[in-house]
Amino acid sequence: MSSKTLYDKLWQAHVVRTEEGGTALLYIDRHLVHEVTSPQAFEGLRMAGRKLWRPDSVVAVPDHNVPTTDRSAGITDPVAKLQVETLDNNCREFGLTEFTMSDIRQGIVHVIGPEQGATLPGMTVVCGDSHTSTHGAFGALAFGIGTSEVEHVLATQCLLQKKSKNMLVSVDGDVAEGITAKDIVLAIIGELGTAGGTGYAIEFGGDAIRALSIEGRMTVCNMAIEAGARAGMVGVDTTTVEYVKGRPYAPTGDTWDQAIAHWKELHSDTDAFFDKVIHIDAATIKPQVTWGTSPEMVVAVDELVPDPDDIADSVKADGMRKALAYMGLAAGTPVNEISLDKVFIGSCTNSRIEDLRAAAKIADGKKVADNIKLAMVVPGSGLVKQQAEKEGLDKIFIDAGFEWREPGCSMCLAMNADRLEPGERCASTSNRNFEGRQGQGGRTHLVSPAMAAAAAITGKFTNINDIQKGV
Amino acid sequence: MKSFTQHKGLVAPLDRPNVDTDAIIPKQFLKSIKRTGFGPNAFDDWRYLDEGGPDIDNANRRVNPDFVLNQPPYDKSTILLARENFGCGSSREHAVWALDDFGFRAVIAPSFADIFFNNSFKNGLLPIVLDAKIIEQLFQRVEADRGFELSIDLEAQTVTAGDNVYDFDIDDFLKNCLINGLDDIDLTLQHADLINAYEEKRKQQMPWLC
Ligand code: SF4
Repeated sequence: MSSKTLYDKLWQAHVVRTEEGGTALLYIDRHLVHEVTSPQAFEGLRMAGRKLWRPDSVVAVPDHNVPTTDRSAGITDPVAKLQVETLDNNCREFGLTEFTMSDIRQGIVHVIGPEQGATLPGMTVVCGDSHTSTHGAFGALAFGIGTSEVEHVLATQCLLQKKSKNMLVSVDGDVAEGITAKDIVLAIIGELGTAGGTGYAIEFGGDAIRALSIEGRMTVCNMAIEAGARAGMVGVDTTTVEYVKGRPYAPTGDTWDQAIAHWKELHSDTDAFFDKVIHIDAATIKPQVTWGTSPEMVVAVDELVPDPDDIADSVKADGMRKALAYMGLAAGTPVNEISLDKVFIGSCTNSRIEDLRAAAKIADGKKVADNIKLAMVVPGSGLVKQQAEKEGLDKIFIDAGFEWREPGCSMCLAMNADRLEPGERCASTSNRNFEGRQGQGGRTHLVSPAMAAAAAITGKFTNINDIQKGV
Repeated sequence: MKSFTQHKGLVAPLDRPNVDTDAIIPKQFLKSIKRTGFGPNAFDDWRYLDEGGPDIDNANRRVNPDFVLNQPPYDKSTILLARENFGCGSSREHAVWALDDFGFRAVIAPSFADIFFNNSFKNGLLPIVLDAKIIEQLFQRVEADRGFELSIDLEAQTVTAGDNVYDFDIDDFLKNCLINGLDDIDLTLQHADLINAYEEKRKQQMPWLC
């Protein structure tokens, strides 16, 4: 039993104590906090007269509710405003680091953690948000928690957790030209299903994952939760170490050397045991588009919307019928004939600099199609926005007819003014196509940033390879 | 936390898989800074035909007569019968608060999403996993009898429907917390010395983390 998976190693290194029955008290290194899931936790602490265990473990940022248009006038929605102010006040009262709305470092919580080096290999990272799995890209154990658990971590620096099972998803070989991390993870979810990872921690491995940048690995880990796995992760390699180096929260000097010596161990041992192993042939992955109301309802751009009548499982077929009705689609429709109303490039899945570069490359010198009412680009953080502007990406987008916005979650969940109207159809680089996710009655198709940009230019789903070839 | 020992109640059937937490409580209600008051907007997009919001009075909205929880007697149900992967998606505990506030004490499904499952325990809402075949039978019985009730006994780990008794599994630690309504922050703080010792050790071994 000396061989361990990465997850086994991370887990064991953080167990403070184990209860009868196996529930462990797990130590938490980094706690990311945002405005939506934290107010009730701080209120709970105040009511019980409790202190924070380790205020320096917390990094807070408002992201879900902030406006992405001009912020000089503040937030106009009074309810959203109160929530953001409540976060500001809580951080002040409890002495926590917060990147407020006017700070250049403000952005989506899962973008700013890594960007600041607040997410480091080997850490346990939690946040009251299911996409905390994103941080697993660094060889960290990162998962989303509820508000009661947020309170528990604030008060004790620990969580009561049961160990999950180990799953390895290996994406073998190389992907074809133009295939991105988003296509890889959508293909994985199509294979696994939205509940296929429930009860597991997923490690992503294989050549195609190794070949990804840290940004790409974050995109893959981000969507582990869409396969039901609370945590997704990738072992540490030089790509990881290079990314972390020199970031504000990263160790320096001798401590840096000590840290990288430790991080080198953060991968699964060669003969480690996984409860489940899935192999996917990278070469077979094509640009992906979701057609339904669950991320597992996904096909390649050159395929047809599937037919529930072909499915034997009646519960599943019924779910597909409900999804088709909601999406206003007929079975058998070619995906590349579906035309769109809006395009959203952003969210913690795809709003990092690499994503914006990929989208800009497609949009460069072209114009958004007439049937697209709104195409928006929302950078993941103020620093991503700054970098993009330095590279002139904002000009490419604006010249093509996209709106260039301030950072935040935006139309990923439409808590602010950015949203779909009933019946509107959107190509979105976010992670959830649930009913009403981007606005009541709105219809979401999940795609990669390049595919979203291509959809904006042609007004319908188009294989990026055709665009690049100038077809 | 709220305790759970035994409960007998009316069962409402929610016959669709993958019910996500966005559906249980849509995002516009997450702007609240409170834990209460979400019940009237549980399943809001399905329950009403027009759009709701934190500042919209539900009394003036058009109710969707086809949605099960709008149909008596289910509007008074306390046990929700659901399909696989219930509670998937967002980690929002507001989903559990909304179910609790509606009046539910338990949800029975073939499987639950992990975060929702954990959140339920923190609020005294009991998630019970039963085999998909049993769930199918229960759906049929609810369909045949709109007054169908179930009795749940957490101590005995049973769900009883007339002469049928179904056993369910539950983690001992969670069970104990729920039966006794224990506050798990208090429980953890009893181990403060262990946490301190752990931190001390890490400071030596991994100074960059502290
Ligand atoms: S971008 Fe979307 S998925 Fe990511 S944290 Fe924000 S709301 Fe959640």
